[in-house]
Amino acid sequence: MTLVKTFNGRRSFLKATALAGGGMMIGFSWLPSCQSDSNADLTLPKEWFDLNGFLKIGDNGLITIMSPNPEGGQNVKTSMPMIVAEELDVDWEKVVVEQAPLDTKLYTRQFIGGSQAIRQGWHGLRMAGATARHMLKQAAAQAWQVPETEITTAEGVLLHEKSGRSAGYGEMAAAAARIPVPKEVPLKDTKEFKLVGTSRKNVDGKKIVTGQALFGMDYHRPGMLIAMIVHPPAFGMKLKSFDDQSARKMPGIRDIFTIKALQDEYERQYFDTCTFTDLVAVVGETTWEVLNAKKALVVEWELFTAYTESKLTPGGKQTVRFPAGLENSSEHILQMEKEAAKPGKVRRKDGEPEAVFKLPARVIERTYTAPFLAHNCMEPMNFFAHVTADKAELAGPLQKPEYTEKTLSARLGLPLEKIDIQMTRLGGGYGRRSYAHWLVEAALISQKMNAPVKLIYTREDDMTSGIYRPAYHAHYRAALDAENNLIAFQVKAGGIPESPLYADRFPAGAVDHYLAEDWAIESNITVGSFRAPRSNFMAVAEQSFLDEVAEAAGKDPIEFRLELLKKAKNHPVGKNNDYDPDRYAGVLELLKEKSNWEEEIPGIYRGVSAYFCHNSYVAQVLDLVMEQGKPKVAKVTCVVDCGIVVNPDAARNLTEGAIVDGIGNAMYGSMTFRQGEPEMNNFDKYRLIRMEEAPGAIDVHFVKSDIDPTGLGEPAFPPVFGALANALYKATGKRHYHQPFIGNGLAG
Amino acid sequence: MAIFNLNVNGKKTQVDLDPATPVLWVLRDHLNLVGTKYGCGIAQCGACTIHLDGVATRSCLLPVAAVGNKAITTIEGLSENGDHPVQKAWLEHDVPQCGYCQAGQIMTAVAFLKNNPHPSDEEIETAMNGNLCRCGTYLRIRAAVKTASKS
Ligand code: FES
Ligand code: FES
Repeated sequence: MTLVKTFNGRRSFLKATALAGGGMMIGFSWLPSCQSDSNADLTLPKEWFDLNGFLKIGDNGLITIMSPNPEGGQNVKTSMPMIVAEELDVDWEKVVVEQAPLDTKLYTRQFIGGSQAIRQGWHGLRMAGATARHMLKQAAAQAWQVPETEITTAEGVLLHEKSGRSAGYGEMAAAAARIPVPKEVPLKDTKEFKLVGTSRKNVDGKKIVTGQALFGMDYHRPGMLIAMIVHPPAFGMKLKSFDDQSARKMPGIRDIFTIKALQDEYERQYFDTCTFTDLVAVVGETTWEVLNAKKALVVEWELFTAYTESKLTPGGKQTVRFPAGLENSSEHILQMEKEAAKPGKVRRKDGEPEAVFKLPARVIERTYTAPFLAHNCMEPMNFFAHVTADKAELAGPLQKPEYTEKTLSARLGLPLEKIDIQMTRLGGGYGRRSYAHWLVEAALISQKMNAPVKLIYTREDDMTSGIYRPAYHAHYRAALDAENNLIAFQVKAGGIPESPLYADRFPAGAVDHYLAEDWAIESNITVGSFRAPRSNFMAVAEQSFLDEVAEAAGKDPIEFRLELLKKAKNHPVGKNNDYDPDRYAGVLELLKEKSNWEEEIPGIYRGVSAYFCHNSYVAQVLDLVMEQGKPKVAKVTCVVDCGIVVNPDAARNLTEGAIVDGIGNAMYGSMTFRQGEPEMNNFDKYRLIRMEEAPGAIDVHFVKSDIDPTGLGEPAFPPVFGALANALYKATGKRHYHQPFIGNGLAG
Repeated sequence: MAIFNLNVNGKKTQVDLDPATPVLWVLRDHLNLVGTKYGCGIAQCGACTIHLDGVATRSCLLPVAAVGNKAITTIEGLSENGDHPVQKAWLEHDVPQCGYCQAGQIMTAVAFLKNNPHPSDEEIETAMNGNLCRCGTYLRIRAAVKTASKS
């Protein structure tokens, strides 16, 4: 049994109150880790003490868990309350999950952590449920005059076996609310879990299939106007002037004006990436009218000169330079090749790699590239804003409100407490909705109009306004000795405008002589996190390369990896290897079994890949078949070690989605530029995976584990690129080094 | 501007607007039926799929003037309580992730199954191929259509 503290220093993570008309309510924070031994509350982030989750036990026994987390597809709205209900020991059928009322000040710290949501919420959620259960037991003990230790609970009922007395939680809730919150509460042993680890349906399922689930796009207020923006057609350009003579006179149009989203001198928050700060706003009564006026606008653009931006990042203040000029994807490739030929910045070095590469040995050397990618959330960017003289109300889909609210406060000149950001369901995020320049734009437009406004990006605006996954390049070298041992390994990776390198990842730690270097090339094309940032490229490069090295060494690709992991465990090289070789090997071992790896089936071409990121381990075997000369993914077998799995079917759904998404991006994903202009602006030109191209089957297995949950939404995404590349090699006899695979040596 | 008498989800409604307005925006902006989604505006993603006399139609490119007497059905009008067999199959397979594309997926599936109640796997893929799901729920959609075809 684990005891957890419900306070830190003098501050409590929880607060209990009696509900009017009976029942109790516990307010709790979704964020704290109760493992901190520190007694000084200064060491914990202040948001850990914000009560942003609520648990209500009505006098009728009905349990309501209010989730502050908006749903974006990770199923947190179901899975997180399950954790509370587990510790509370109630029947899931009697639990109602509600989105927290959006207009209360108590919910300002909403967050979408992607893979990290469950990981961060785990302790806080368990503590909330355990505390309520503990207080109910105390209330029953007092009422029945028996020792609390003799009271047990099951499915929302308190029981004193000796005397045969029992009571529903609802009956004791009012009394429990008067008991002081215990300083310490016992958590269940994870082996006793009854709810966590069972599959439960999405609590919003019915709303979604009936069209009742409301997204930001669907937000409505009486008197609300519709706004759209016009942004430069190319990176490297800015607004010069516009002529709205005819557009202005069009039906339903209220106003057309320019806005400046961020002031030039403003020290930007981490997620304030945006190069199109000067925009033309078109405001009108209906979407169709605004769309038409937008087309009728005549706008002149001009080239901008190079500029720098100062930005606050988690690592401190950073200056980012944006060069002038209209960039071309064809030149990007040449630039990357040139940069990769120069010495990079050394990020890690073990042994004497340079010397070993000079020895007579078999050296394998390969280069991998990947283009920019657009997020393409199905729901285009949008936000509602109503800004008045003394306050700003906003609502919409957003991933990192805590950053954006600071920028908004500075931009509007309103104190933080006058800014209320409500979060709606998200029609996909994948990282894109952290970069909320559109929220600031909506606020400025509303301020100017002095009216409630919903800003909508068209699909074209969404795809061409920046924040892409960077373009990447990686060069690998490996040396094999006469016995086919991997004796030296070198990776040099870079990107436009950021490096993707993780210097301490596998096979670092498993090779005596190791070198990791990186580089970056400036660009005025803006980038941002994209599902499993950086890993989404490094995995394909590394896992394709290891496949080729294993082949050169005459070894089975899984055995080759397992040998290296054994070495990393028994004789680790260097420090800071950021993976656990046992868990890494564990997913590969289970994958061998589940995929029947040893069995060869004619006509089925198999590729394997394994990767560690976001604290989780994933290994996959992808089976390809050739149909009329075209590769088709028949099946993907996937093994995941992400600690305890809260809601297995939901976890499977997410994993399947990550695999489908990975295959799609590897095959087709590409955003290219000509004269600074994005060449894809809608789904007729930007190819997304469709049903026919999705795998015939996906078989997901979770490693049984009692480790606290780790990431899930992202880790299954990166490895599948590699498994696909390796299977394509088996099927076509050709290695695929450049993404997207279709169009780069693969027809389709 | 012109007046149109529409039959939406079995109810008669009158709207007065630009004849070129796509039905998508008539539903969303004028009739407050926001279950039908905007994804691309160029008939590439299927998020805006509705039924026109039972036929799956992309509403983003359909001018209101072209509707005539045809009955419009949207996701809101598919069933009383979300108990259409296709909706039930969707729940059984717990299909949605973010959910944004799902109204369009369901509307496409319903119209397809009406014409082809017992489709083969290939027929399902062909019918559903025009509907994008960025979250990648295709396998569950496939399975749900199959389940619905059996009910
Ligand atoms: S919005 Fe109509 S097909 Fe995409
Ligand atoms: S469920 Fe998110 S786009 Fe389909």
